[in-house]
Amino acid sequence: MEKKNTPLLEMRNIKKDFFGNQVLTDINITLGEGEVLGLCGENGAGKSTLMKILFGMDVIRETGGYEGEILLNGQPVHFETPFDALAAGIGMVHQEFSLIPGFTATENILLNREPKKRNVVSEVFGDRLDTLDYNQMTGRAETAIEKMGFQVDKSMVINEMPVGHKQFTEIARELSKDQLKLLILDEPTAVLTEKEAEALLESIRSMSKNGIAVIFITHRLHEILSVCDKVVVMRDGFVVKDIPAKETNVSEISKWMVGRNIDTAASAGVRDKSDGKTIMSIRRLWVDMPGEIVRDVSLDVKEGEILGIGGLAGQGKLGIPNGIMGLYEAGGTVELDGKPIPLNSPRKCLDASLAFVSEDRRGVGLLLDETLEWNVAFPAMQVQDKFLKNYLGGLIKWRDEKAIREITERYIDELAIKCTSSKQKAKELSGGNQQKICLAKAFALEPKFLFVSEPTRGIDVGAKALVLEALRRFNRESGVTVVMISSELEELRQVCDRIAIVSGGKIAGIRPATDPSEEFGMLMVSMVK
Amino acid sequence: MNEPLYKTDLTLRDRLRSFVNSFGLPRLIIAAFLLMLYIAAPFVGAGFWMQISNTINRFSWNAIMVLAMVPMIHSGCGLNFGLPLGIISGLLGATLSIEFGFTGGLSFLMAILIATPIAIILGMGYGWLLNKIKGGEMMIATYVGFSSVSFMCMMWLLLPYHSPTMVWGFAGKGLRTTISLEGFYDKVLANFLQINIGSLSIPTGTLLFFALLAFAMWAFLHTKTGTAMTAVGSNPTFARAAGVNVDRMRLLSVVLSTWLAAIGILVYEQGFGFIQLYMAPFYMALPAVSAILIGGASVNKASIANVIIGTFLFQGIVTMTPTVMNNMIHMDMSEVIRVVASQGMILYALTRRTEASK
Repeated sequence: MEKKNTPLLEMRNIKKDFFGNQVLTDINITLGEGEVLGLCGENGAGKSTLMKILFGMDVIRETGGYEGEILLNGQPVHFETPFDALAAGIGMVHQEFSLIPGFTATENILLNREPKKRNVVSEVFGDRLDTLDYNQMTGRAETAIEKMGFQVDKSMVINEMPVGHKQFTEIARELSKDQLKLLILDEPTAVLTEKEAEALLESIRSMSKNGIAVIFITHRLHEILSVCDKVVVMRDGFVVKDIPAKETNVSEISKWMVGRNIDTAASAGVRDKSDGKTIMSIRRLWVDMPGEIVRDVSLDVKEGEILGIGGLAGQGKLGIPNGIMGLYEAGGTVELDGKPIPLNSPRKCLDASLAFVSEDRRGVGLLLDETLEWNVAFPAMQVQDKFLKNYLGGLIKWRDEKAIREITERYIDELAIKCTSSKQKAKELSGGNQQKICLAKAFALEPKFLFVSEPTRGIDVGAKALVLEALRRFNRESGVTVVMISSELEELRQVCDRIAIVSGGKIAGIRPATDPSEEFGMLMVSMVK
Repeated sequence: MNEPLYKTDLTLRDRLRSFVNSFGLPRLIIAAFLLMLYIAAPFVGAGFWMQISNTINRFSWNAIMVLAMVPMIHSGCGLNFGLPLGIISGLLGATLSIEFGFTGGLSFLMAILIATPIAIILGMGYGWLLNKIKGGEMMIATYVGFSSVSFMCMMWLLLPYHSPTMVWGFAGKGLRTTISLEGFYDKVLANFLQINIGSLSIPTGTLLFFALLAFAMWAFLHTKTGTAMTAVGSNPTFARAAGVNVDRMRLLSVVLSTWLAAIGILVYEQGFGFIQLYMAPFYMALPAVSAILIGGASVNKASIANVIIGTFLFQGIVTMTPTVMNNMIHMDMSEVIRVVASQGMILYALTRRTEASK
C-alpha cells in the first residue's frame, strides 16, 4: 500500500550553480513507476545539467555539488558517482555514444557484466581470468533486444553499424540490466531516421508497460506527445510547465520553451523554377562515403532555387555534397554554369564559388579552439584572399584583424549569435550558435551555390527557426542557389521549392515541396537496400 | 555596507584565480623558485649581477632553438624532437664555412648561407616522413633526431675536411669533437653593442638577432600562410574543407623549424665559443622542448611569449640551481641537478599535453 503512494522518483528544490552562474532554480519533479516523462527546453535550459545531477556525474561534484533533495522510492539518495546511480537502478543513454567500436553489439551490451565460466587458469589466479560464456551472453543480449522491440544485429561490430543502430545498442545495454527502474534518454532520436524513431517510441511504450520509468529528452515535440504521460518544460533553469501530455499540443509546448510564438509551418512561398536556367548539373555521381554511399545520382539544380535533398539515414543523401566538395572520394561529372568541377579537390570547388556547410559541425565545420573571428573569416581568407592587407606588392599578405572583426560582428548581429564577443572560442558556444557560425563562414565566402547539410541537427526549436530563416533570406536576398540536405522532411517542406528524395544511393524522385508528405514517404522507401 | 566589500573581495579572488589559471600554477612555482635562487645567490657568495648576466647569456644562446619549436606546434606536428636534424644542418654550415677559409664575422654569415639549403633539403625529407605517419609524429621525430646524430658521427670522421683548425692533429683527417671558434665567429653577435656595467654584461647583438627572428615568426603567423598553418594544427579536416593543402602546410612548418634549429645552433656556438660535434646535438632537443612547455605552450598551441618566458625560466633554473647549490653544500651536483630539472620538466609537460577539442 505504502509503495503505491510513494513515487519512484522525486526531485525537490534542486538548485545548481556553476561558479555563481545559476543554471537550475527550484526544480521539482515527480515520476511514478512505469511513467514516461518528456523533458523539453531549448539548448542551455538546464535539461542536461539536471540529468547529470540525477545520474551522479563527476562534473557536478567537481563544480561544488547541488542543493535540494532526490528521493528514490521515498528514500533520500545522493549519488556520488554514476556507479551509485547504476546500482540504484538508473540507466542513462547519452547524446554521445559510449560504445567500444571494435566490439560486437553483444559484447557492448554486456560489457563488464558478462556471464562467465570458470576455467583452470581462473581457479588458480582468481575470477578476473574467467572465460566469457558466449552462449549465455548471446541469450541475454537477445532478451534485451527483444525487450527493446527493435532488431539490431547482435553479432555486428559497432563501427560497421549505422548511427541509429548504435543508439539502439546503447538502449539495449541499459535494458539488459535487471535492476533497471528508471531510464534516461538524452535526445536519442536526434540521430535516428523517422522510421527508427518510431520504433524507439514503440520500445519506450513497451518499457513503460514493464514498469520501467523513462525520462525522455528530445527536441522533437510530437514524439513527446505521442509517447509521454506528462511533459515538463524547462526554460533558463526553471520548470515553466509540468502538465499531462494529453492536455497540451506542440505549439503550446514550443511557446513555453522559447517564451515566444513560433509559427512552425511558415508558408514556404514555393516557387516554380522549372523553366529557369540549370546552374548545376550532376551526372552519374558516385561517392564512397562510409555509411552514406552514393551509387548513381543525376540531378539538375535550377538557378536561384532552394532544392531539398531528403531520404532515410544511410541511403546516401549526405554523400552527395561531401562527394562534390571533395571531402570523400567521388566520380562522375559535375558542371557548374556549364563548366566542369573537378572532383576530389576541395580547393577547386571553393574557387568555383561553391560553399558547403558540413553536417559534422565539430569535426569539419569549426575550429573549436579558435575565435569566432577565425572561424568566420578563415575560408574566405584562404580561398579568396579577403580580409588581407597586401604589403610589398602582395608578397606579404597580412591578416586584417579589423576587417575580420567587422565581418564577424556583422554576422553575429544578423544571425543573432549568442556569444560574449567575437573573440570567444567556438567550442564555448551552444550547438545552435555553432551552427550559425558555420553558416556565417559559408556566407562570408559569398558563394554562388551553397550546400547545407543537416543544418538543424541537434539544435533546439528556436535556433532551428532562425537558421532556416537565415538560409531562406540568404537565398532570396543574394540570389544564391541553395541545396539543403536534411533528414527532417517537414523542415525541407518548410524551406525548399523542390525536394529530391535519395534512396539506395540514387534519386528516387523529385517533387515540388507542396506535395503531401505521404508521397515523399513512399519515395524514401522505394529503393532501400 | 557589507555588500560592496564582499564584491571587491570576490573579484579580487576571481582575478587572482584567473591569473593563476592563465599563467599556470607550475610556472608560478618555477618563477618563485627562480626568484628565491636570485635572492639566495649573494648570501652563498655568488655575485648577483654575475648570475643575472649568466642567465641572460644562456637565454641568448638558446632562445632561437626554442623558437624553432613554434612552427611545428602550430601546424599540429607536435614538439620537434627531431631538432638534432636542424642542428646538424647548422653544424655542416659552420664546418664548411671554416673549411672554405672564411674568417671573422664573414664566417658566421657564410655558415648561415651554407646551412640554409642543407636545412631546407633535410627539412623537406623529414617533413615528408612526418606526413606519412600522422598521429605518431613525436615518436618518429625522436628517432629521426637520434639516427641523424649517429649517422653524422660517422660522417664527421669520413668527410674530407682538411682545415688544420678542425681536424685531428695526428691523423690529419676527421673532425675533432670540439672546435674553437676563436678567429672565426666567436661572440660575433654578442660583442655587437655589448653593454657592460660592473659585473653585468648584456649580449645586445645576440638578443637583437633573436628579437629579429622572433618578430619574423610573429609576423609570419599573422599572414595568410601563417593563419592557414595554425588552422591546420587546430583542425586539419576544417582546413582541408577550406581548401588548404594540409600536407604542404605541415611540410613548410617542418622546414621552418629545421632551418631555425640550424640558425639556433650557430648562434649558440658564437656565444659559447666552440663548435661541438658528434654526440653533442643528441642532447639539444630535450632542453628546447622543456623550455617551451614550461613557457606554457601545449602540444597544439605556442606563442612567442611562451618561448621567451619558457627559455628564461628554464635557463634560469639550469644556470642558477647548480651555482647556488654548489656554493651552499660545497659539492659538485650541477650536472645531476640540471638533468633532474630538465627531464622532470619534460615528464611533467608531456603528462599535461592537451589536444585540440573534438
